[in-house]
Amino acid sequence: MAKITLKNLRHSYMPDPQGPEDYALKHLDIDWEDGGAYALLGPSGCGKSTLLNIISGLLMPSDGQILFDDQDVTPLPPDQRNIAQVFQFPVIYDTMTVYDNLAFPLRNRGRDEATVRERVLAIAEMLEVTDMLDRRAAGLSPDNKQKISMGRGLVRNDVNVVMFDEPLTVIDPHLKWKLRSKLKELHQRVKATMIYVTHDQTEALTFADQVVVMEDGEVVQIGTPVELFERPAHTFVGHFIGSPGMNVIPAELRDGGAFFQGQNVPLEGAVKPGTDGRIEIGVRPEFVAVGDTGIEARVNRVADVGRHNVVEAMVGDQKVSAILNGPAPAQGDKVHLQFQQSQTRVYSDGWIATDPAPQEVSA
Amino acid sequence: MKTENQKAWFFVLPVLILVAFNALIPMMTVVNYSVQETFGNNLFFWEGLTWFEQILRSERFHAALGRQFLFTFLILIIEVPLGIAIALSMPRKGFWVPVCLVLMALPMLIPWNVVGAMWNIFALPDIGLLGYFINHVLGISYDMTQNPFAAWVTIITMDVWHWTSLVVLLAYAGLVSIPDAYYQAAKIDGASNWSVFRYIQLPKMKNVLTIAILLRFMDSFNIYTEPFVLTGGGPGNSTTLLSIDLVKIALGQFDLGPAAAMSLIYFAITLLVSWVFYTVMTKDDLN
Repeated sequence: MAKITLKNLRHSYMPDPQGPEDYALKHLDIDWEDGGAYALLGPSGCGKSTLLNIISGLLMPSDGQILFDDQDVTPLPPDQRNIAQVFQFPVIYDTMTVYDNLAFPLRNRGRDEATVRERVLAIAEMLEVTDMLDRRAAGLSPDNKQKISMGRGLVRNDVNVVMFDEPLTVIDPHLKWKLRSKLKELHQRVKATMIYVTHDQTEALTFADQVVVMEDGEVVQIGTPVELFERPAHTFVGHFIGSPGMNVIPAELRDGGAFFQGQNVPLEGAVKPGTDGRIEIGVRPEFVAVGDTGIEARVNRVADVGRHNVVEAMVGDQKVSAILNGPAPAQGDKVHLQFQQSQTRVYSDGWIATDPAPQEVSA
Repeated sequence: MKTENQKAWFFVLPVLILVAFNALIPMMTVVNYSVQETFGNNLFFWEGLTWFEQILRSERFHAALGRQFLFTFLILIIEVPLGIAIALSMPRKGFWVPVCLVLMALPMLIPWNVVGAMWNIFALPDIGLLGYFINHVLGISYDMTQNPFAAWVTIITMDVWHWTSLVVLLAYAGLVSIPDAYYQAAKIDGASNWSVFRYIQLPKMKNVLTIAILLRFMDSFNIYTEPFVLTGGGPGNSTTLLSIDLVKIALGQFDLGPAAAMSLIYFAITLLVSWVFYTVMTKDDLN
């Protein structure tokens, strides 16, 4: 187990990259603490799999270093880094039994059979596959195959990090949550550093203590699920996390305040001095209320999603979503929208530009 | 009440007619010949199983069958490992892939009798490039028209040259269908190259290899044209394979009855071996 440090990391798939647009990963500096549960979240093509393959050693970065406990492992191949990786599609050795599959990484490293047996039985117990040990792995269901893939990663007790590359893609929906909670439980038991790559926010937010959100080869925010939800550092995070995502509304700055359609919108805190560029107001639908006063809007659509109503209102030609727990207005109604001040922020060129609200004292 | 519609039978009729004319009727003619004796003039005499008994007890048949099995065994034991080795060393992506594939396919595009003629000329000791080279440059006595061993070496080499490509192409198709994740997982699991071959590549190639071996078995067991053109079954009877012997009996001696009985036995052996092999190779997939 180890702390993993990425230093000035860059990677391009081109032999001769010119500008930043040629890089799949544009300058990363990340520390992954020993024993942490991390998620790497981002849309397809944002570079998260590239990053994973660089950490595992399947890819050599164009620039920068990877340190495991301050030891440079950048030039080392995967088998010398002592890492484990679980892939999108379960990788199992068809001709072997489940037992031999789990024993494979240990036997390749020359462990004696007694140690192998002890470890395999322990891991099988944890994964609840003990009764399948003598079966041929080829005949297993996809979720059990994926369990075996995970088991092969966990069976070595000295792994530095276990990485998961969208491991639940081929799993039936009703088994997904089961495997996910199994993973969480495993993390608590084996205490290995785990990095979980996904484009599914639910998977990321339920698994991880710390979520790294990536977009277009860059890290836009690292934080706990709560931080990402409550105070997105970038409009991308606001939009990507949440259902529906954060409202991002074009606005203008004058007299130290933000104005939307000519109306002043109260903000969580002061706008940072010198803020210019493309100005937007960000507020999550959860913090938009409908009342008698506020910004005038017309209800465009109401969707009852079960627990609450999602109201889509139009302010001029700008769409604003609100999540209402009580009775919802009807389509075509004129309403007034109120943004909760402590949750309303200004973003400049996508990045947050207001000071945080003073901590609210809960009653 | 569900009424059963029998119209579907009409749709199978064309196939039935086609199969009847190209397989069933010729086959039944052979069965007909195999139990009768004829001296021409369309006169037939019932013989029962006499021909079958005669063939099965004939030393000539045993010898030809032995040569046939030896030939098939030798080409399989060379072509299958060689084919796999070539497929493994072929590039998986890039410019050279189509080049390799076309080069591999070339020998298979040449008509069988042309292959026989080519190798005949190629291997002749005085005028053939290969024959001349072996005799006069290497100084090794090599004459497939005189020496049975040289004749065998030549027909085996010819078959390997002609048909290894089939194994290569099928094995290659199996190899490229293996997702990268398998190789990456094996690397992370610390597997050696041999383990990667033994536990990933070979199992993933198993189905195509089964087909490759089956096709190569059937083709080589029934081979006629190439050795006939190359050696004509000689020197002596040393390369007279089963099919060459069959044609000698049927058209050379015009013994239609024994030839028909031999054809049926020949067919039964091919069918039996193929069936046993296929059943054994696929029995694991059933559960």
